[in-house]
Amino acid sequence: MAQTLKPGSGPLDYGNRTWLKILFAAIFFALYAPIFTLIAFSFNTDKRGVVWRGFTFDNYVKAWNNADLQEAMLNSLTIAFISTIIATILGSMVALVLWRFRFPFKAGYEGVMSLPIVIPEICMGVSLLLFFTNAGMMAWSVSFVWPFNLINIIIAHVAFCFPFVAIVVRSRLVGFNRQLEEASKDLGASEWQTFWNVIVPFMMPGLIAGALLAFTLSLDDFVITYFTSGPETVTFPVKVYSLVRRGVSPEINAASTALIVITVVATVLAMKLQAPDKSGKG
Amino acid sequence: MDSWKVNPRVFWTLFTPGTFWLVLFFLIPLGWLFHDSFSDKISITETQFTGTLANYIRAFDAVYLTIIWKSVWISAVATALCLLTAYPIAFGICFAPAKWKPLLLLLVILPFWINLLIRTYALIAVFRTQGYLNLVLGWVGLGPYEMLYNDGAVIVGLVYVYMPFMVLPLYATIERLDRSFLEASLDLGGSQVQTFFKVTLPLTMPGIVTGIILVFIPCLGSFLTPAMLGGANAIMIGNVIEDQFKAANDWPFGSALSFLLMYVTFGALALRAFLASRSKGVDV
Repeated sequence: MAQTLKPGSGPLDYGNRTWLKILFAAIFFALYAPIFTLIAFSFNTDKRGVVWRGFTFDNYVKAWNNADLQEAMLNSLTIAFISTIIATILGSMVALVLWRFRFPFKAGYEGVMSLPIVIPEICMGVSLLLFFTNAGMMAWSVSFVWPFNLINIIIAHVAFCFPFVAIVVRSRLVGFNRQLEEASKDLGASEWQTFWNVIVPFMMPGLIAGALLAFTLSLDDFVITYFTSGPETVTFPVKVYSLVRRGVSPEINAASTALIVITVVATVLAMKLQAPDKSGKG
Repeated sequence: MDSWKVNPRVFWTLFTPGTFWLVLFFLIPLGWLFHDSFSDKISITETQFTGTLANYIRAFDAVYLTIIWKSVWISAVATALCLLTAYPIAFGICFAPAKWKPLLLLLVILPFWINLLIRTYALIAVFRTQGYLNLVLGWVGLGPYEMLYNDGAVIVGLVYVYMPFMVLPLYATIERLDRSFLEASLDLGGSQVQTFFKVTLPLTMPGIVTGIILVFIPCLGSFLTPAMLGGANAIMIGNVIEDQFKAANDWPFGSALSFLLMYVTFGALALRAFLASRSKGVDV
Protein backbone atom coordinates (compact mmCIF):
# COMPACT_ATOMS: atom_id res chain seq x y z
CA MET A 1 0.00 0.00 0.00
CA ALA A 2 1.44 3.32 -1.09
CA GLN A 3 2.13 5.72 1.71
CA THR A 4 1.81 9.27 0.42
CA LEU A 5 1.47 11.00 3.76
CA LYS A 6 4.34 12.20 5.86
CA PRO A 7 5.62 9.38 8.08
CA GLY A 8 3.85 9.41 11.42
CA SER A 9 0.78 11.36 10.36
CA GLY A 10 -1.16 8.67 8.48
CA PRO A 11 -4.66 7.73 9.58
CA LEU A 12 -3.36 4.55 11.21
CA ASP A 13 -0.34 6.06 12.95
CA TYR A 14 -2.12 6.12 16.29
CA GLY A 15 1.22 5.77 18.04
CA ASN A 16 2.00 9.39 17.15
CA ARG A 17 -1.24 10.92 18.37
CA THR A 18 -0.72 13.41 21.14
CA TRP A 19 -3.85 12.39 23.06
CA LEU A 20 -2.70 8.79 23.14
CA LYS A 21 0.73 9.82 24.37
CA ILE A 22 -0.78 11.93 27.13
CA LEU A 23 -3.10 9.08 28.15
CA PHE A 24 -0.14 6.72 28.13
CA ALA A 25 1.90 9.01 30.32
CA ALA A 26 -1.01 9.46 32.74
CA ILE A 27 -1.66 5.74 33.12
CA PHE A 28 2.01 4.90 33.51
CA PHE A 29 2.31 7.66 36.08
CA ALA A 30 -0.60 6.22 38.05
CA LEU A 31 0.92 2.75 37.76
CA TYR A 32 4.41 3.69 38.88
CA ALA A 33 4.09 6.75 41.11
CA PRO A 34 3.02 4.78 44.21
CA ILE A 35 5.85 2.27 43.75
CA PHE A 36 8.48 4.96 43.22
CA THR A 37 7.24 6.94 46.20
CA LEU A 38 7.45 3.79 48.28
CA ILE A 39 11.05 3.26 47.17
CA ALA A 40 11.99 6.94 47.62
CA PHE A 41 10.55 7.12 51.09
CA SER A 42 12.49 4.06 52.19
CA PHE A 43 15.45 6.50 52.29
CA ASN A 44 13.58 9.11 54.32
CA THR A 45 14.63 10.11 57.82
CA ASP A 46 11.08 11.03 58.83
CA LYS A 47 9.42 8.32 60.94
CA ARG A 48 5.87 8.99 59.80
CA GLY A 49 7.02 8.98 56.23
CA VAL A 50 4.92 11.73 54.67
CA VAL A 51 7.30 14.64 54.38
CA TRP A 52 10.79 14.33 53.01
CA ARG A 53 13.26 15.17 55.77
CA GLY A 54 16.55 13.85 54.51
CA PHE A 55 18.39 10.92 52.99
CA THR A 56 19.41 7.97 55.10
CA PHE A 57 20.12 4.23 54.98
CA ASP A 58 18.94 3.83 58.58
CA ASN A 59 15.68 2.17 57.59
CA TYR A 60 17.60 -0.53 55.75
CA VAL A 61 19.88 -1.06 58.71
CA LYS A 62 16.87 -1.29 61.02
CA ALA A 63 14.98 -3.64 58.72
CA TRP A 64 18.11 -5.77 58.36
CA ASN A 65 18.58 -5.96 62.12
CA ASN A 66 14.93 -6.75 62.78
CA ALA A 67 15.05 -10.40 63.83
CA ASP A 68 11.42 -11.06 62.85
CA LEU A 69 11.86 -9.64 59.38
CA GLN A 70 15.10 -11.55 58.99
CA GLU A 71 13.44 -14.82 59.92
CA ALA A 72 10.51 -14.10 57.60
CA MET A 73 12.83 -13.25 54.72
CA LEU A 74 14.93 -16.36 55.29
CA ASN A 75 11.75 -18.48 55.32
CA SER A 76 10.48 -16.85 52.14
CA LEU A 77 13.76 -17.35 50.28
CA THR A 78 14.07 -20.96 51.47
CA ILE A 79 10.51 -21.76 50.42
CA ALA A 80 10.98 -20.04 47.08
CA PHE A 81 14.26 -21.84 46.45
CA ILE A 82 13.00 -25.36 47.24
CA SER A 83 9.63 -24.87 45.53
CA THR A 84 11.37 -23.54 42.44
CA ILE A 85 13.53 -26.64 42.10
CA ILE A 86 10.61 -29.05 42.52
CA ALA A 87 8.22 -26.96 40.39
CA THR A 88 10.77 -26.65 37.58
CA ILE A 89 11.34 -30.40 37.45
CA LEU A 90 7.62 -31.26 37.60
CA GLY A 91 6.65 -28.48 35.21
CA SER A 92 9.19 -29.40 32.57
CA MET A 93 8.17 -33.07 32.73
CA VAL A 94 4.56 -32.04 32.14
CA ALA A 95 5.68 -29.78 29.29
CA LEU A 96 7.64 -32.64 27.72
CA VAL A 97 4.77 -35.07 27.98
CA LEU A 98 2.32 -32.58 26.43
CA TRP A 99 4.76 -31.67 23.70
CA ARG A 100 5.84 -35.15 22.75
CA PHE A 101 2.86 -37.44 23.19
CA ARG A 102 -0.68 -37.89 22.07
CA PHE A 103 -2.78 -39.64 24.68
CA PRO A 104 -6.48 -40.09 25.46
CA PHE A 105 -8.24 -37.12 27.10
CA LYS A 106 -5.24 -34.89 26.45
CA ALA A 107 -7.34 -31.71 26.09
CA GLY A 108 -9.05 -32.47 29.40
CA TYR A 109 -5.70 -33.13 31.03
CA GLU A 110 -4.39 -29.80 29.80
CA GLY A 111 -7.51 -28.07 31.12
CA VAL A 112 -7.13 -29.58 34.58
CA MET A 113 -3.42 -28.74 34.54
CA SER A 114 -4.23 -25.08 33.98
CA LEU A 115 -6.86 -24.98 36.74
CA PRO A 116 -4.41 -23.92 39.48
CA ILE A 117 -3.70 -20.84 37.34
CA VAL A 118 -7.31 -19.82 36.82
CA ILE A 119 -9.21 -20.57 40.00
CA PRO A 120 -9.31 -17.82 42.66
CA GLU A 121 -6.29 -18.05 44.92
CA ILE A 122 -8.42 -18.02 48.03
CA CYS A 123 -10.20 -21.23 46.96
CA MET A 124 -6.85 -22.97 46.55
CA GLY A 125 -5.65 -21.54 49.86
CA VAL A 126 -8.61 -22.75 51.92
CA SER A 127 -8.76 -26.13 50.17
CA LEU A 128 -5.11 -26.74 51.10
CA LEU A 129 -5.73 -25.54 54.65
CA LEU A 130 -8.58 -28.04 54.89
CA PHE A 131 -6.49 -30.81 53.35
CA PHE A 132 -3.41 -30.24 55.53
CA THR A 133 -5.50 -29.98 58.68
CA ASN A 134 -7.52 -33.11 57.99
CA ALA A 135 -4.46 -35.04 56.88
CA GLY A 136 -2.80 -34.09 60.16
CA MET A 137 0.04 -32.34 58.35
CA MET A 138 -0.71 -28.99 59.92
CA ALA A 139 -0.09 -30.26 63.44
CA TRP A 140 2.60 -32.70 62.33
CA SER A 141 4.84 -30.23 60.52
CA VAL A 142 5.11 -27.95 63.56
CA SER A 143 7.27 -30.52 65.31
CA PHE A 144 9.83 -30.57 62.50
CA VAL A 145 13.11 -28.71 62.60
CA TRP A 146 13.64 -25.85 60.19
CA PRO A 147 13.40 -25.94 57.18
CA PHE A 148 11.19 -29.07 57.25
CA ASN A 149 8.49 -27.24 59.18
CA LEU A 150 7.90 -25.25 55.97
CA ILE A 151 6.84 -28.39 54.12
CA ASN A 152 3.14 -27.50 53.84
CA ILE A 153 3.89 -24.10 52.34
CA ILE A 154 6.42 -25.63 49.94
CA ILE A 155 3.92 -28.27 48.80
CA ALA A 156 1.31 -25.57 48.23
CA HIS A 157 3.72 -23.33 46.34
CA VAL A 158 4.84 -26.16 44.07
CA ALA A 159 1.18 -26.93 43.34
CA PHE A 160 0.47 -23.44 41.99
CA CYS A 161 3.90 -22.83 40.40
CA PHE A 162 4.52 -25.91 38.29
CA PRO A 163 1.64 -25.38 35.83
CA PHE A 164 3.16 -21.96 35.05
CA VAL A 165 6.56 -23.57 34.48
CA ALA A 166 4.90 -26.16 32.21
CA ILE A 167 3.45 -23.40 30.02
CA VAL A 168 6.74 -21.51 29.72
CA VAL A 169 8.82 -24.61 28.97
CA ARG A 170 6.26 -25.94 26.49
CA SER A 171 6.25 -22.70 24.54
CA ARG A 172 10.01 -23.05 24.25
CA LEU A 173 9.76 -26.69 23.12
CA VAL A 174 7.40 -25.78 20.29
CA GLY A 175 10.39 -24.28 18.48
CA PHE A 176 12.37 -27.53 18.70
CA ASN A 177 13.30 -29.22 15.46
CA ARG A 178 12.44 -32.91 15.90
CA GLN A 179 14.95 -33.81 13.19
CA LEU A 180 17.71 -33.04 15.67
CA GLU A 181 16.29 -35.74 17.89
CA GLU A 182 16.11 -38.20 15.00
CA ALA A 183 19.64 -37.33 13.97
CA SER A 184 20.85 -37.97 17.49
CA LYS A 185 19.13 -41.37 17.59
CA ASP A 186 20.38 -42.26 14.11
CA LEU A 187 23.87 -41.56 15.29
CA GLY A 188 23.40 -44.15 17.99
CA ALA A 189 22.45 -42.13 21.03
CA SER A 190 20.05 -43.73 23.50
CA GLU A 191 16.75 -42.14 24.53
CA TRP A 192 18.40 -40.83 27.68
CA GLN A 193 21.50 -39.49 25.91
CA THR A 194 19.33 -37.73 23.35
CA PHE A 195 17.24 -36.21 26.10
CA TRP A 196 20.21 -35.06 28.10
CA ASN A 197 22.50 -33.88 25.28
CA VAL A 198 20.01 -32.57 22.73
CA ILE A 199 16.65 -31.72 24.27
CA VAL A 200 17.75 -30.35 27.65
CA PRO A 201 20.27 -27.86 26.20
CA PHE A 202 17.58 -26.64 23.83
CA MET A 203 15.08 -26.35 26.70
CA MET A 204 17.53 -24.47 28.91
CA PRO A 205 16.33 -20.88 28.31
CA GLY A 206 12.75 -22.03 28.91
CA LEU A 207 13.83 -23.93 32.02
CA ILE A 208 15.57 -20.88 33.47
CA ALA A 209 12.71 -18.57 32.56
CA GLY A 210 10.24 -21.01 34.12
CA ALA A 211 12.36 -21.33 37.23
CA LEU A 212 12.62 -17.56 37.65
CA LEU A 213 8.88 -17.29 37.17
CA ALA A 214 8.26 -19.93 39.82
CA PHE A 215 10.71 -18.17 42.12
CA THR A 216 8.95 -14.79 41.89
CA LEU A 217 5.50 -16.38 42.16
CA SER A 218 6.54 -18.20 45.30
CA LEU A 219 8.34 -15.23 46.82
CA ASP A 220 5.34 -12.99 46.17
CA ASP A 221 2.58 -15.26 47.28
CA PHE A 222 0.54 -14.02 50.17
CA VAL A 223 -2.93 -15.57 50.01
CA ILE A 224 -2.03 -19.26 49.76
CA THR A 225 0.82 -18.91 52.27
CA TYR A 226 -1.48 -17.08 54.67
CA PHE A 227 -3.79 -20.10 54.78
CA THR A 228 -1.23 -22.88 54.71
CA SER A 229 1.31 -21.53 57.19
CA GLY A 230 0.93 -22.56 60.81
CA PRO A 231 0.97 -19.98 63.59
CA GLU A 232 4.71 -20.54 64.03
CA THR A 233 5.94 -20.02 60.50
CA VAL A 234 5.96 -16.55 59.04
CA THR A 235 6.98 -15.63 55.51
CA PHE A 236 7.94 -12.18 54.37
CA PRO A 237 4.59 -11.16 52.80
CA VAL A 238 2.69 -12.54 55.80
CA LYS A 239 4.97 -10.57 58.13
CA VAL A 240 4.55 -7.38 56.12
CA TYR A 241 0.78 -7.90 56.21
CA SER A 242 0.76 -7.99 59.99
CA LEU A 243 3.06 -4.92 60.13
CA VAL A 244 0.98 -2.94 57.66
CA ARG A 245 -2.14 -3.52 59.74
CA ARG A 246 -0.36 -1.57 62.47
CA GLY A 247 0.47 1.33 60.18
CA VAL A 248 2.89 2.67 57.61
CA SER A 249 6.58 2.78 58.52
CA PRO A 250 9.77 3.50 56.54
CA GLU A 251 11.16 0.20 57.75
CA ILE A 252 8.47 -1.65 55.77
CA ASN A 253 9.35 0.53 52.80
CA ALA A 254 12.97 -0.54 53.07
CA ALA A 255 12.14 -4.24 53.32
CA SER A 256 9.62 -3.94 50.47
CA THR A 257 12.16 -2.18 48.29
CA ALA A 258 14.56 -5.07 48.79
CA LEU A 259 11.88 -7.52 47.68
CA ILE A 260 10.93 -5.35 44.69
CA VAL A 261 14.55 -5.33 43.53
CA ILE A 262 14.82 -9.12 43.80
CA THR A 263 11.60 -9.77 41.87
CA VAL A 264 12.22 -7.13 39.20
CA VAL A 265 15.70 -8.49 38.47
CA ALA A 266 14.33 -12.06 38.29
CA THR A 267 11.44 -11.01 36.03
CA VAL A 268 13.55 -9.00 33.61
CA LEU A 269 15.99 -11.91 33.34
CA ALA A 270 13.14 -14.36 32.77
CA MET A 271 11.66 -12.19 30.04
CA LYS A 272 14.97 -11.83 28.26
CA LEU A 273 15.32 -15.61 28.22
CA GLN A 274 11.75 -16.16 27.12
CA ALA A 275 12.09 -13.87 24.12
CA PRO A 276 11.81 -15.96 20.96
CA ASP A 277 15.21 -17.22 19.95
CA LYS A 278 15.71 -17.35 16.19
CA SER A 279 18.92 -19.34 16.21
CA GLY A 280 17.29 -22.44 17.72
CA LYS A 281 14.67 -22.92 15.04
CA GLY A 282 17.13 -24.83 12.85
CA MET B 1 3.95 -35.93 18.09
CA ASP B 2 4.00 -39.61 19.00
CA SER B 3 1.25 -41.72 20.44
CA TRP B 4 1.98 -42.54 24.07
CA LYS B 5 2.03 -46.23 23.08
CA VAL B 6 5.19 -45.69 21.02
CA ASN B 7 7.23 -45.31 24.16
CA PRO B 8 5.11 -46.06 27.24
CA ARG B 9 8.10 -46.12 29.61
CA VAL B 10 9.14 -42.56 28.76
CA PHE B 11 5.50 -41.49 28.75
CA TRP B 12 4.77 -42.76 32.24
CA THR B 13 8.06 -41.44 33.64
CA LEU B 14 7.23 -37.95 32.43
CA PHE B 15 3.50 -38.17 33.09
CA THR B 16 3.42 -39.50 36.64
CA PRO B 17 5.18 -36.92 38.89
CA GLY B 18 3.25 -33.82 37.80
CA THR B 19 -0.03 -35.69 37.66
CA PHE B 20 0.61 -37.13 41.11
CA TRP B 21 1.25 -33.67 42.56
CA LEU B 22 -1.77 -32.18 40.83
CA VAL B 23 -4.09 -34.94 42.03
CA LEU B 24 -2.80 -35.15 45.59
CA PHE B 25 -2.24 -31.48 46.36
CA PHE B 26 -4.79 -29.80 44.16
CA LEU B 27 -7.68 -32.02 43.11
CA ILE B 28 -8.05 -33.96 46.35
CA PRO B 29 -8.01 -30.76 48.48
CA LEU B 30 -10.61 -29.21 46.18
CA GLY B 31 -12.69 -32.40 46.35
CA TRP B 32 -12.42 -32.31 50.10
CA LEU B 33 -13.56 -28.69 50.11
CA PHE B 34 -16.50 -29.67 47.91
CA HIS B 35 -17.33 -32.57 50.24
CA ASP B 36 -17.13 -30.30 53.30
CA SER B 37 -19.46 -27.77 51.74
CA PHE B 38 -22.22 -30.39 52.22
CA SER B 39 -21.22 -31.09 55.83
CA ASP B 40 -22.47 -30.00 59.21
CA LYS B 41 -20.35 -28.57 61.95
CA ILE B 42 -20.72 -30.89 64.94
CA SER B 43 -18.15 -29.42 67.32
CA ILE B 44 -15.46 -26.75 67.32
CA THR B 45 -13.04 -28.86 65.35
CA GLU B 46 -15.21 -31.55 63.78
CA THR B 47 -17.47 -31.64 60.80
CA GLN B 48 -19.64 -34.45 59.54
CA PHE B 49 -20.81 -35.10 56.03
CA THR B 50 -24.60 -35.06 55.92
CA GLY B 51 -25.26 -34.05 52.34
CA THR B 52 -26.95 -30.92 53.61
CA LEU B 53 -27.52 -27.92 51.41
CA ALA B 54 -27.83 -25.69 54.47
CA ASN B 55 -24.44 -24.04 53.86
CA TYR B 56 -25.41 -23.01 50.36
CA ILE B 57 -28.83 -21.83 51.49
CA ARG B 58 -27.19 -19.81 54.24
CA ALA B 59 -25.12 -17.99 51.63
CA PHE B 60 -28.38 -16.49 50.42
CA ASP B 61 -29.22 -14.98 53.81
CA ALA B 62 -29.75 -11.27 53.47
CA VAL B 63 -26.46 -10.42 55.20
CA TYR B 64 -24.36 -12.63 52.93
CA LEU B 65 -26.40 -11.87 49.84
CA THR B 66 -25.61 -8.19 50.37
CA ILE B 67 -21.91 -8.98 50.53
CA ILE B 68 -22.06 -11.26 47.46
CA TRP B 69 -23.94 -8.57 45.55
CA LYS B 70 -21.43 -5.96 46.67
CA SER B 71 -18.50 -8.18 45.61
CA VAL B 72 -20.09 -8.66 42.19
CA TRP B 73 -20.65 -4.98 41.53
CA ILE B 74 -17.29 -3.87 42.93
CA SER B 75 -15.62 -6.46 40.68
CA ALA B 76 -17.76 -5.41 37.71
CA VAL B 77 -16.91 -1.73 38.12
CA ALA B 78 -13.22 -2.54 38.64
CA THR B 79 -13.24 -4.76 35.52
CA ALA B 80 -14.93 -2.04 33.45
CA LEU B 81 -12.37 0.54 34.60
CA CYS B 82 -9.55 -1.89 33.83
CA LEU B 83 -10.93 -2.30 30.31
CA LEU B 84 -11.23 1.47 29.85
CA THR B 85 -7.63 2.08 30.90
CA ALA B 86 -6.11 -1.06 29.38
CA TYR B 87 -7.62 -0.69 25.92
CA PRO B 88 -5.84 2.57 25.04
CA ILE B 89 -2.64 1.16 26.55
CA ALA B 90 -2.80 -2.04 24.52
CA PHE B 91 -3.83 -0.12 21.42
CA GLY B 92 -1.02 2.38 21.88
CA ILE B 93 1.59 -0.34 22.33
CA CYS B 94 0.44 -2.12 19.16
CA PHE B 95 0.74 1.07 17.13
CA ALA B 96 3.97 2.24 18.75
CA PRO B 97 7.26 2.10 16.82
CA ALA B 98 8.55 -1.49 16.79
CA LYS B 99 11.66 -0.71 18.83
CA TRP B 100 9.54 0.66 21.70
CA LYS B 101 7.13 -2.27 21.92
CA PRO B 102 9.13 -4.67 24.12
CA LEU B 103 9.99 -1.91 26.57
CA LEU B 104 6.40 -0.65 26.80
CA LEU B 105 5.10 -4.19 27.30
CA LEU B 106 7.66 -4.78 30.00
CA LEU B 107 6.62 -1.56 31.73
CA VAL B 108 3.00 -2.73 31.78
CA ILE B 109 3.80 -6.22 33.03
CA LEU B 110 6.45 -5.32 35.57
CA PRO B 111 4.10 -4.02 38.29
CA PHE B 112 2.26 -7.32 38.05
CA TRP B 113 5.39 -9.08 39.28
CA ILE B 114 5.83 -6.78 42.22
CA ASN B 115 4.31 -8.25 45.32
CA LEU B 116 0.56 -7.67 45.52
CA LEU B 117 0.87 -6.78 49.16
CA ILE B 118 3.61 -4.23 48.54
CA ARG B 119 1.63 -2.56 45.76
CA THR B 120 -1.43 -2.34 48.00
CA TYR B 121 0.72 -0.97 50.79
CA ALA B 122 2.08 1.64 48.38
CA LEU B 123 -1.51 2.68 47.64
CA ILE B 124 -2.28 3.03 51.34
CA ALA B 125 0.64 5.44 51.67
CA VAL B 126 -0.78 7.49 48.80
CA PHE B 127 -4.43 7.55 49.84
CA ARG B 128 -4.38 7.58 53.65
CA THR B 129 -5.52 10.71 55.45
CA GLN B 130 -1.91 11.82 56.09
CA GLY B 131 -0.89 10.42 52.72
CA TYR B 132 0.79 11.92 49.69
CA LEU B 133 -2.39 12.72 47.80
CA ASN B 134 -3.82 14.68 50.71
CA LEU B 135 -0.44 16.39 51.07
CA VAL B 136 -0.59 17.55 47.46
CA LEU B 137 -4.25 18.57 47.82
CA GLY B 138 -3.26 20.50 50.92
CA TRP B 139 -0.92 22.67 48.84
CA VAL B 140 -3.90 23.97 46.88
CA GLY B 141 -5.94 24.38 50.04
CA LEU B 142 -8.08 21.25 49.78
CA GLY B 143 -8.65 18.37 52.15
CA PRO B 144 -7.57 16.42 53.95
CA TYR B 145 -10.12 13.85 52.79
CA GLU B 146 -10.77 10.40 54.18
CA MET B 147 -10.11 8.33 51.07
CA LEU B 148 -9.44 4.86 52.41
CA TYR B 149 -11.78 2.28 53.87
CA ASN B 150 -14.66 2.56 51.44
CA ASP B 151 -15.83 0.85 48.25
CA GLY B 152 -14.10 3.41 46.05
CA ALA B 153 -10.72 2.65 47.60
CA VAL B 154 -11.23 -1.08 46.96
CA ILE B 155 -12.18 -0.41 43.33
CA VAL B 156 -9.11 1.77 42.79
CA GLY B 157 -6.97 -0.89 44.46
CA LEU B 158 -8.36 -3.67 42.27
CA VAL B 159 -7.89 -1.65 39.07
CA TYR B 160 -4.34 -0.84 40.10
CA VAL B 161 -3.52 -4.44 40.86
CA TYR B 162 -5.25 -6.27 37.98
CA MET B 163 -4.89 -3.86 35.06
CA PRO B 164 -1.90 -5.75 33.55
CA PHE B 165 -4.12 -8.86 33.26
CA MET B 166 -6.34 -6.90 30.92
CA VAL B 167 -3.57 -5.40 28.79
CA LEU B 168 -2.00 -8.70 27.72
CA PRO B 169 -4.99 -10.41 26.02
CA LEU B 170 -6.01 -7.08 24.47
CA TYR B 171 -2.50 -6.58 23.15
CA ALA B 172 -2.48 -10.10 21.71
CA THR B 173 -5.70 -9.55 19.72
CA ILE B 174 -5.06 -5.98 18.62
CA GLU B 175 -1.59 -6.97 17.44
CA ARG B 176 -3.11 -9.68 15.23
CA LEU B 177 -5.76 -7.33 13.89
CA ASP B 178 -5.50 -7.06 10.11
CA ARG B 179 -4.88 -3.37 9.57
CA SER B 180 -6.17 -3.44 6.03
CA PHE B 181 -9.67 -3.71 7.55
CA LEU B 182 -9.11 -0.37 9.26
CA GLU B 183 -7.74 1.13 6.07
CA ALA B 184 -10.72 -0.20 4.14
CA SER B 185 -13.14 1.31 6.61
CA LEU B 186 -11.39 4.69 6.48
CA ASP B 187 -11.14 4.57 2.68
CA LEU B 188 -14.84 3.87 2.41
CA GLY B 189 -15.58 7.03 4.29
CA GLY B 190 -15.90 5.81 7.85
CA SER B 191 -14.66 8.27 10.44
CA GLN B 192 -12.05 7.25 12.99
CA VAL B 193 -14.78 6.92 15.63
CA GLN B 194 -17.01 4.81 13.38
CA THR B 195 -14.05 2.65 12.39
CA PHE B 196 -13.21 2.06 16.03
CA PHE B 197 -16.71 1.08 17.10
CA LYS B 198 -17.73 -0.84 13.97
CA VAL B 199 -14.45 -2.51 13.00
CA THR B 200 -11.75 -2.46 15.66
CA LEU B 201 -13.96 -3.17 18.66
CA PRO B 202 -15.89 -6.14 17.17
CA LEU B 203 -12.70 -7.67 15.80
CA THR B 204 -10.94 -7.46 19.16
CA MET B 205 -13.92 -8.83 21.09
CA PRO B 206 -12.22 -12.19 21.87
CA GLY B 207 -9.42 -10.33 23.64
CA ILE B 208 -11.91 -8.18 25.49
CA VAL B 209 -13.82 -11.24 26.72
CA THR B 210 -10.62 -12.98 27.84
CA GLY B 211 -9.45 -9.81 29.58
CA ILE B 212 -12.77 -9.38 31.35
CA ILE B 213 -12.66 -12.96 32.62
CA LEU B 214 -9.00 -12.71 33.64
CA VAL B 215 -9.74 -9.61 35.70
CA PHE B 216 -13.23 -10.36 36.97
CA ILE B 217 -12.38 -13.74 38.51
CA PRO B 218 -9.46 -12.59 40.69
CA CYS B 219 -11.38 -9.43 41.62
CA LEU B 220 -14.34 -11.47 42.77
CA GLY B 221 -12.09 -13.75 44.81
CA SER B 222 -9.87 -10.98 46.13
CA PHE B 223 -9.33 -10.89 49.81
CA LEU B 224 -6.17 -8.90 50.44
CA THR B 225 -7.24 -5.68 48.65
CA PRO B 226 -10.59 -5.30 50.45
CA ALA B 227 -8.97 -6.30 53.76
CA MET B 228 -6.30 -3.61 53.44
CA LEU B 229 -8.08 -0.82 51.58
CA GLY B 230 -11.70 -1.46 52.50
CA GLY B 231 -11.41 -2.26 56.17
CA ALA B 232 -14.70 -3.09 57.84
CA ASN B 233 -16.70 -0.94 55.41
CA ALA B 234 -16.03 -2.81 52.19
CA ILE B 235 -16.12 -6.50 53.00
CA MET B 236 -16.10 -8.80 50.00
CA ILE B 237 -16.85 -12.49 49.71
CA GLY B 238 -13.15 -13.36 50.05
CA ASN B 239 -13.07 -11.71 53.45
CA VAL B 240 -16.12 -13.71 54.57
CA ILE B 241 -14.41 -16.92 53.42
CA GLU B 242 -11.26 -15.99 55.32
CA ASP B 243 -13.33 -15.25 58.39
CA GLN B 244 -15.04 -18.66 58.23
CA PHE B 245 -11.68 -20.43 58.11
CA LYS B 246 -10.02 -18.29 60.77
CA ALA B 247 -11.99 -16.31 63.37
CA ALA B 248 -15.56 -17.56 62.83
CA ASN B 249 -14.37 -21.16 62.48
CA ASP B 250 -17.25 -22.42 60.37
CA TRP B 251 -15.40 -24.42 57.76
CA PRO B 252 -18.40 -26.04 56.02
CA PHE B 253 -19.94 -22.63 55.39
CA GLY B 254 -16.58 -21.28 54.21
CA SER B 255 -16.28 -24.27 51.88
CA ALA B 256 -19.73 -23.59 50.41
CA LEU B 257 -18.83 -19.93 49.80
CA SER B 258 -15.53 -20.96 48.17
CA PHE B 259 -17.40 -23.32 45.91
CA LEU B 260 -19.84 -20.62 44.92
CA LEU B 261 -16.77 -18.72 43.72
CA MET B 262 -15.58 -21.84 41.90
CA TYR B 263 -18.94 -22.22 40.14
CA VAL B 264 -18.72 -18.62 38.92
CA THR B 265 -15.17 -19.33 37.71
CA PHE B 266 -16.23 -22.46 35.84
CA GLY B 267 -19.16 -20.58 34.36
CA ALA B 268 -16.86 -17.82 33.12
CA LEU B 269 -14.41 -20.33 31.63
CA ALA B 270 -17.24 -22.21 29.92
CA LEU B 271 -18.51 -18.92 28.51
CA ARG B 272 -15.06 -18.14 27.17
CA ALA B 273 -14.70 -21.58 25.60
CA PHE B 274 -18.13 -21.18 24.02
CA LEU B 275 -17.31 -17.75 22.61
CA ALA B 276 -13.91 -18.97 21.39
CA SER B 277 -15.50 -21.89 19.57
CA ARG B 278 -18.01 -19.54 17.95
CA SER B 279 -15.37 -17.10 16.77
CA LYS B 280 -13.60 -20.05 15.09
CA GLY B 281 -10.04 -20.07 16.19
CA VAL B 282 -9.64 -16.37 16.97
CA ASP B 283 -8.50 -17.60 20.33
CA VAL B 284 -6.36 -15.77 22.82
